[in-house]
Amino acid sequence: MKKPVIDASGVDLTFQTKDAPVHALKDVNLQIDKGDFVSFIGPSGCGKTTLLRCIAALETPTGGSLTVNGLPPDEARKARSYGYVFQAAGLYPWRTIEKNIKLPLEIMGYPKAEMDERVKRVLDLVDLSGFGKKFPWQLSGGMQQRASIARALAFDADILLMDEPFGALDEIVRDKLNEELLKLWDRTGKTICFVTHSIPEAVYLSTKIVVMSPRPGRITDVIESPLPRERPLEIRDTPEFIEIAHRVREGLREGHNA
Amino acid sequence: MRNILPILTVLLVIVAVWYAAAIKMNAAWTYAQANRAGTEVTFSEVVRDTLNQERPVLPAPHQVAAELWATTVEKKITSKRSLVFHGWVTLSATLLGFAIGTTAGILLAIGITHNRAMELGVMPWAIASQTIPILAIAPMIIVVLNSMGISGLIPKSIIAAYLSFFPVAVGMVKGLRAPDAMQLDLMRTYSASDNQTFWKLRLPSSMPYLFASLKVGVAASLVGTIVAELPSGATRGLGARLLSGSYYGQTVQIWSALFAAALLAASLVIIVGVIEKVTLRRMGMAA
Repeated sequence: MKKPVIDASGVDLTFQTKDAPVHALKDVNLQIDKGDFVSFIGPSGCGKTTLLRCIAALETPTGGSLTVNGLPPDEARKARSYGYVFQAAGLYPWRTIEKNIKLPLEIMGYPKAEMDERVKRVLDLVDLSGFGKKFPWQLSGGMQQRASIARALAFDADILLMDEPFGALDEIVRDKLNEELLKLWDRTGKTICFVTHSIPEAVYLSTKIVVMSPRPGRITDVIESPLPRERPLEIRDTPEFIEIAHRVREGLREGHNA
Repeated sequence: MRNILPILTVLLVIVAVWYAAAIKMNAAWTYAQANRAGTEVTFSEVVRDTLNQERPVLPAPHQVAAELWATTVEKKITSKRSLVFHGWVTLSATLLGFAIGTTAGILLAIGITHNRAMELGVMPWAIASQTIPILAIAPMIIVVLNSMGISGLIPKSIIAAYLSFFPVAVGMVKGLRAPDAMQLDLMRTYSASDNQTFWKLRLPSSMPYLFASLKVGVAASLVGTIVAELPSGATRGLGARLLSGSYYGQTVQIWSALFAAALLAASLVIIVGVIEKVTLRRMGMAA
């Protein structure tokens, strides 16, 4: 049997705050296989970002078990298992795009020549060749976010964790980046966990859609997408697409009423 | 260039007010002189006299300007009466003190941001040190150091450092804490060490804060040096010029020393500003 890349069973997380404990995640069970594109969707406060942060070992679950590549999350992090893309590009303004992408490589101690070669490769991958010497403020928001994806791809993590990476971008740029992300996923064969609150984005991108609901944060539905891997933007007008979107919407509504 | 008019207007107003004040404040002496001589003076004679007294209560701007010119350009810089000579004495102590203060401030800030105990244990003392009037503590530092056989440049620099470390420390603490949660999380996803986070994230983030406090610090250093020159019986430095001027009632000399100090401070702040601009532009952070 194939071992899942990310395996959560009975994951619980309670934040101790001053007035009352907040139950951020309750009994989360989820298996993510290698090469999956998984979207986490739900209203704010449903714990989708918290779950992603648990996988990244930025938060520690208070109960249950969670493994990443068969390791506890913090060991998986030390083994450079994942690249993380935040909501904002978070590029260092004092570094050029090239130097920004080198940041993780410097920290991880790659040799100089290999750094240059890797930077060139990932810049190519996100279609930013020729922009390496530019400073972040010289790039548009969409390009900055592409650079931050390149930064997460620069070292060979086979998991890409993305926390609403396109949330701050306008619809048109977002469509374009979604399309590019799918191509990138297809070319690199990475496992991608993608947090969003856009239904079309989740349905368009994912092989697996995890619908979550708040108070306490929990999974209400997991939808395996029947859509093919090859997805032109027009697929969003097909009946299959609309049907899945409908199911996601139903799942969200149910979670809201419960 | 559009700003030149308001700037000139303000300057003119200041000069006009200054002249008016000089006439008013120096008139008493003119009248007293006339009274003693038993003569009457007209208003225009009063004005002419008040603006050209040798020891006026308030020297007129042109007297200060003439004194500045005479003691900088016309005097050899090796002369004891050259303001360039005295200015250099003050400047060298200021720069050394500024260097010591800046280093101490940065180190203190690093300690405070890395260690909670240090923040609680050291910060109150740093604040307390700044609440003591410098005029009270400067003579003590000089006397204590003198008894240890240290005199001249070093004691003055220490007082300059005493005033300049604080703004640097406060600014750097703020700067080293400037990175937001997301930027720190990013470093955590790379499992970066504290050391790497410091050099690659915290230190570069703090640069704009550092330069803002350096501007305050360099001016404070100069003030510290001048204050240190007052009580030490020093014969060299702008502070010594101020003091000897007040001993002998040489108000023109006092005012020209004051202006030299102000010009020196302004130049130092401008130099720091230029370095700031160049550095931040190189870092791609120019505003």
